[in-house]
Amino acid sequence: MRGIAERMLPVLAPPLMLAGCTGWQSALDVHGASAINLKHLIILIVTVCSIVWALVMIALIAALWHHRDRRELAVSLDPRRERRMTITVAAAVAATVVIISVFTVLSFFTTRALSLAGNDDLTIKVRGLQWWWGVEYFGSAPDQRFETANEIHIPVGRNVRLQLEGIDVIHSFWAPSLAGKQDLVPGRPNELMIRAERAGTYRGQCAEFCGLQHAHMAFFVVAEEQPIFDEWVRLQRQNAATSSDAEVTAGQQVFLSKQCAACHAIRGTSASGTTGPDLTHIGSRKYIAAGLFETTRGSLAAWIADPQTLKPGNNMPMVPLNPEELRSISAYLASLK
Amino acid sequence: MRGGDGKRNNHDTDLGRPALETALAETWKTPSSLWGALATVDHKIIGRRYIVTAFVFLALGGILAVLMRLQLAQPEARLLGPDRYNQIFTMHGANMMFLFAVPVMEAMAVYLVPLMVGTRNIAFPRLNAFSYWIFLAGGALLWISFALDMGPDVGWFAYVPLSGPQFGSGKRADIWAQMITFTEVSALAVSVEIVVTIFKQRAPGMSLDRIPLFVWSMLITSFIIIMAMPAIMIASTSLILDRLVGTHFFNPAEGGDVLLWQHLFWFFGHPEVYIIFLPAVGMVSIMVATFARRPVFGYLALVMALIATGILAFGLWVHHMFVTGLPRLGESFFTASSMAIAIPAGIQIFCWLATLWDGKPVFKTPLLFVIGFIVTFVIGGLTGVMVASVPFDTQVHDTYFVVAHFHYVLIGGAVFPLVGAIYYWFPKMTGRMMSEDLGKWAFWLIFIGFNLTFFPMHILGLQGMPRRIYTYQPDMPWHGLNMFVSVSAVVLVAGFLVFFIDAIRSVRRGPPAGDNPWDAPTLEWATSSPPPSYNFARIPVVDGADPLWEQREILAVAAGLRTDRRELIITTVGAAKPEAREASPRNSIWPFWAALATSLMLIWSIFTPWAVVWGSIPVAITLIGWFWPKGTPEDEL
Amino acid sequence: MRISLVFLSVAVATAGCQREERQLRLDPPVAAALDNIALMPNGISGAPPEAYFALDKPYESNAYNLNQGKRLYSWFGCKACHADGQGGIGPAFLDGWWNYGPEMVSVFASIRDGRPHGMPAFRDKMTTEQIWQLAGYVRTIGAYSAKTAAPSRNDAKHTRPSENRAPAALLFDQGPTPVHPDQGPTP
Repeated sequence: MRGIAERMLPVLAPPLMLAGCTGWQSALDVHGASAINLKHLIILIVTVCSIVWALVMIALIAALWHHRDRRELAVSLDPRRERRMTITVAAAVAATVVIISVFTVLSFFTTRALSLAGNDDLTIKVRGLQWWWGVEYFGSAPDQRFETANEIHIPVGRNVRLQLEGIDVIHSFWAPSLAGKQDLVPGRPNELMIRAERAGTYRGQCAEFCGLQHAHMAFFVVAEEQPIFDEWVRLQRQNAATSSDAEVTAGQQVFLSKQCAACHAIRGTSASGTTGPDLTHIGSRKYIAAGLFETTRGSLAAWIADPQTLKPGNNMPMVPLNPEELRSISAYLASLK
Repeated sequence: MRGGDGKRNNHDTDLGRPALETALAETWKTPSSLWGALATVDHKIIGRRYIVTAFVFLALGGILAVLMRLQLAQPEARLLGPDRYNQIFTMHGANMMFLFAVPVMEAMAVYLVPLMVGTRNIAFPRLNAFSYWIFLAGGALLWISFALDMGPDVGWFAYVPLSGPQFGSGKRADIWAQMITFTEVSALAVSVEIVVTIFKQRAPGMSLDRIPLFVWSMLITSFIIIMAMPAIMIASTSLILDRLVGTHFFNPAEGGDVLLWQHLFWFFGHPEVYIIFLPAVGMVSIMVATFARRPVFGYLALVMALIATGILAFGLWVHHMFVTGLPRLGESFFTASSMAIAIPAGIQIFCWLATLWDGKPVFKTPLLFVIGFIVTFVIGGLTGVMVASVPFDTQVHDTYFVVAHFHYVLIGGAVFPLVGAIYYWFPKMTGRMMSEDLGKWAFWLIFIGFNLTFFPMHILGLQGMPRRIYTYQPDMPWHGLNMFVSVSAVVLVAGFLVFFIDAIRSVRRGPPAGDNPWDAPTLEWATSSPPPSYNFARIPVVDGADPLWEQREILAVAAGLRTDRRELIITTVGAAKPEAREASPRNSIWPFWAALATSLMLIWSIFTPWAVVWGSIPVAITLIGWFWPKGTPEDEL
Repeated sequence: MRISLVFLSVAVATAGCQREERQLRLDPPVAAALDNIALMPNGISGAPPEAYFALDKPYESNAYNLNQGKRLYSWFGCKACHADGQGGIGPAFLDGWWNYGPEMVSVFASIRDGRPHGMPAFRDKMTTEQIWQLAGYVRTIGAYSAKTAAPSRNDAKHTRPSENRAPAALLFDQGPTPVHPDQGPTP
């Protein structure tokens, strides 16, 4: 009976494991220099530990069911058998010591390998707030500085230094396909080095419980080839796009006259709020509300109409807008590419 | 006291067996009235109460787990909102750790240790009673708050700044912090009693190398409690001060430090899991010996492993903080120490395997749970070695991988032995056997249900699912496994239900057990089931580690204690040579009043600091009542 | 005896419930209704709308709302004129004097509509619910008696006693002329 259960588990495990091997937020589907190193370590340690477990199980089964010819109760012990067993146990303990020493040394060297460094580093500042991510890029001059939110673009193959700053409570920056996680601790500036080895979009999520909407605090790291990245930076540095479309212009009016501008900033307009995410190029971001919805005019409208139903407890209030205002403001924001 | 013919009749050498038992029963009895129930200092009554209360908390915590699994079975489910879910997972963790896991182990010790060392009552029996009432008050505080929508919602570890005064609005985090005070006072009290009982009240002849392994594990656990609890006492007190009075322990802007909380909490938090694990390990050693029909292999190695675990446990705490930005070299030291603690654990596993190998296993329910423990705990221990590695942990910290790991070590490593221990000692505690059939059903349902529920969580963690999220997006690949986990949880719940039903039914209707239904070697089986209020008619004398196996026909006893007052024997720490006769306190209502006054003061101090001043007056009054000499015969000694 | 115990526990229970309740979303009609305060012609005091009482005065003794109000205080730049309640360009809250009266409606009206001599109107910068939350919070700075639900110190520089210590009661400033017995902290 027991044997069947134990035989089944190794059969079931591989299919279960393969089921989720791919994904843009997975420690097993890795495209970052750090994460690749970590995956190798993970596979090695898991393999060795599985073998150890299997050996212990074999010993257990043998201990329970091997043939024995002893009588019921043994109070006086045979010293020779005790000595033999002592040697066996000691050998097993020694093997354990060797294995964990190897693990410790391997871990130490892997940790060292995770500190990517170079002169070519790109520095980006990431701020963690309740329940979104502020992202700040720098340049050679102060006017080249720009802010965005919830989406970080990086060039492929270059080391990127993320300066992590916790603004309110502790958050944790975790994009498993690229690197391990690092906390954003208020009062303690931390750093995380990442390097993407392949272009693509990688999802990450806050990995330290931070309150009501910890579950909906995702972000995206978009790795692009250097020329595409440079073009993105150039566009982001520009002020918000203007349009001659009537609905879009009306939407801008709504945005500036209602409560929106008090919290959000759109460079090139009079909106310069700092409490909420910067919306200058919201239309070009892939997701809104920290990974809640793909950015479309419809999702923008839904979000603005009732943020508290979609992400209860988040800090965006429900601004009363009539249907035309909602339509025009969503057109305006979707146009901010 | 002298009888009619001038001979004295108040010593146990004066009386024949029936008269002796009557006299002792009269001296040691607990009246069966409300006053008796509140005032008893009998460790067995208090221990049983403690065990039942802890299992009630287990059931309540299990219901919370079921709610969480129902919510997480589907992406973007709307069963529970974020606020309710946050309260539920905080309550689940805090309840299981503080109100179930530690208290149930303490409770088993309170019941079993005096019997296993061959004495009449635990040391400081009134403190024991006080400890139970305080524990009950703390549990009531937490659960009533939860029922009032005031349950803590900051995680069982309550990291600042989320639990701090700015982001933890209302009194929720204060409830959590004060519940800690209740449970830590209760645990400290019991640990002090256990240490003194084990060191000074052992049966004559029970030298240190003859102490049963469960007693050894409780001794070391008690020392861990004494060393570790002050850290969380400081932490929770500092948090209350920050929130109530405006201190700045954790305020970086005024010189405090956010990570200070984590250091203080985890300096306690890591030893805490060994407080839960070591008693279970002791239970396993006992059960393995009984059901392998031979003394456990490697007694010295096992004791050394327990001591090593206890010491090493204090050197691991930073492994909970690997991603907070501490220097990586320092963190690597904690990798080494966290992996090193696998060595004593491995020693223990290998010794038990050797015992089973050389013995003749009897496959009763307790042994099934021991086998289940070995299978599951080794998995948990190995994933522990995995998360001990700093780089490995940077990927799996705060994901479902860790959830899987700690449930494997806590349920596999502590709850399996505990359930087996309940099957094992139930006959001693109630005089009736639990059902072997239902026991096998319970075991298989729990074992299979547990593995099906928690093994997939390893995969979920590696697939990127973080912890403490009330829901997840449909486009993440986690839906299938989450649904599988939630359905498997039903099997696990069914197993526990079978266990609870079996226990409740068997109290009244189980087949009667004799003194020693398992033919076990330790001293608690030398008296009736359940034991009389005085435990042993005469204190046993031992000359080996397995007294009932070595002295099968007749057990040697010590005689000369009085029967008209509560007396027990004090022996030396090392060789257990008799030193003195010690008076043991009678029933007293003052521990109950003191617990009530303390609870009042602690709950009131959630709302105003003046409560510490005014509330200490009733506490002082009850303590004076407690310590006032009673004028009983015991006081004359 | 048992009845009074039941009543006591129910009273404690409802008090606890009210303080700790987290109402994350206000229905739009209710939010709109909360804007309809009945203000007296001179702009000082008046009556809150019916909805306010139907919700059981949620912005005065609910811990979550008061904490949100505290965040809004820093987010909307109140510190620029009012400091941490010590005042500056704008009046102080800590001296216990309320220029337009201490009622919730007056404070709400001050924030929403602005006041002469420099207080801007925030009706276009904050939603109705946010203004109520802020009003409730501001009153705790100038409170004479401590509320259990009031927020405690911020994770920031500490410039005055926290709101749950009733800072105005500690820092009440009589001013150059002595206070008439009918005015001040214990009128």
